[in-house]
Amino acid sequence: MRSALSKSTIYILLAIGAVFMLLPFVWMLSTSLKAPNEVMAMPPVWIPSELNWDNFTEALAVAPFDRYFVNSLIVTVISTIGELVTTILAAYAFSRINFFGKNIIFAVLLGTMMVPGEVLLIPNFVTLSNLGWIDTYQALIVPWTASVFAIFLLRQFFLGVPKELSFAAKVDGCSEFRFLWYVMVPLAKPALITVALLKIINSWNAFLWPLIVTNSQELRTLPVGLSAFTTEAGIKYELLMAASTMVVVPMLILFFIMQKYIIAGVARSGLKG
Amino acid sequence: MMLKPTWKSTLKALLYLLPALLILVTFNIYPIVKSFLMSFYTNYDFFKNIINERGFSNFIELFQDPNFIQALQNTVIFVIGVVPISIILSLAIAILLNSKIKFSGLFRTIYFLPFVTSVVAVAIVWSWIFHSDYGLLNYFLGWFGVDPIDWLTDPTFAMPALIILSIWKGLGFNIIIFLAGLQSVNEQYYLAAKVDGASAWHRFKSVTLPLLSPTMFFVSIISIINAFKVFDEIFALFNGKPGPANSALTVVYYVYQKFYEEWEFGLASAAAFVLFIIVFLFTIIQLIIGRKFVHYQ
Repeated sequence: MRSALSKSTIYILLAIGAVFMLLPFVWMLSTSLKAPNEVMAMPPVWIPSELNWDNFTEALAVAPFDRYFVNSLIVTVISTIGELVTTILAAYAFSRINFFGKNIIFAVLLGTMMVPGEVLLIPNFVTLSNLGWIDTYQALIVPWTASVFAIFLLRQFFLGVPKELSFAAKVDGCSEFRFLWYVMVPLAKPALITVALLKIINSWNAFLWPLIVTNSQELRTLPVGLSAFTTEAGIKYELLMAASTMVVVPMLILFFIMQKYIIAGVARSGLKG
Repeated sequence: MMLKPTWKSTLKALLYLLPALLILVTFNIYPIVKSFLMSFYTNYDFFKNIINERGFSNFIELFQDPNFIQALQNTVIFVIGVVPISIILSLAIAILLNSKIKFSGLFRTIYFLPFVTSVVAVAIVWSWIFHSDYGLLNYFLGWFGVDPIDWLTDPTFAMPALIILSIWKGLGFNIIIFLAGLQSVNEQYYLAAKVDGASAWHRFKSVTLPLLSPTMFFVSIISIINAFKVFDEIFALFNGKPGPANSALTVVYYVYQKFYEEWEFGLASAAAFVLFIIVFLFTIIQLIIGRKFVHYQ
């Protein structure tokens, strides 16, 4: 393909695509800072004549986005830590211990990855209501503290760590658990960061599950709160865009800081097939 | 360390596995079985947990429900609308990005941005772009003399609007996977083809495509399966409704309606089970076709 297109054609094509990708974000930010009379101006006003930060305070006055933010943060942080702990322990067992039924258990777990999560929605809802967990933080967090995909990814990584290391540790009188914690985990840092980042993104943006298991406003996460806000704010697009900005910006910041790990993680999930 | 399994090592392993298994069995494995069983519950009273009968009547009712048939049709249209365009576009962009240009990292970042953002938030932004009177899209189309389109309120245009949003959202993921695939292709194949005088199109057709087929195969599976599960986009784009005149009612949206709005648990489980079968069949078909035609390096 290399000589088919000139360098400048490639740049022009990529730039057109990039504008198409960025436009919604630019339009969101621009609208979120406009005074109401500029929002529906035709032709569109691209740069607000005055930066109207009031839209953000007004959006906060209509719906408790600060509360939604804290909820999203609690759910994301705890379920990510939970997933890391269960994943590290399980991946260690699958990569370093030989036990009866190992292959069967591993095959069953991999098999569950073929079932779409939407199929689990109804029975999980019934389970949670039997536990009396509907409309609680547990309902938002506990079902998401383990992941077969993460276990699989980390197991692959652990299998690549030389066996000699654990022999040496054993000779030095280090217990297996300490070995896992002080040797394997630090070695697996890149894989763990990848697992954690993909989890954070999924958890922060999750919608259908939190929509179904929460009823009260106090327990809404950001996406659920934002969705409810579309009816609460009416047709005030400057407020809607301000609220959307509040939901989107934390993940954009995280992405700009950690994009190396996020892209590597996505690429790796694809190469394995 | 990898000694023969003993009861002692099994017990130790189970201790390590316990936290993960507890969660996965309760919230992943048990519900798979349960959802299969629930699809056969008829006259199920969820509040009292009374099952009156078991049978196939849910499935019969499902396929007699014009809404479910429409949901199936819409989902298929959505899959056909999103997957091929998304794969062609992302492959083309990945090839451009892979052609040793400056700023390719910056471009990659830009294309990937939608992937990390909340579907609900970006769908709301797009609903503003699709606004019939003041939306950006109609404004741009106006330059070409196109009359304003009621993207979100006209049943003919609701599905195209949903497809545009979904392609935009999913492009970055496919590009990253294709880039990873392209970077694993050995440069020397291109050189050899070039020496033999193969044209650019020929090199693409005879070198890039065959070597990229495992990646194509993976991207298609993932894209089709994800497209079959579309929900969040619809809920946010049409403000909690499945589009005008059910024009964006999909299988998962149907499950949501039956389950959460009408409390028809048996029917909803049956619909979810149909979704599972569809996804499963596609995986199998693709696996078989993939094994036949995919060239491995």
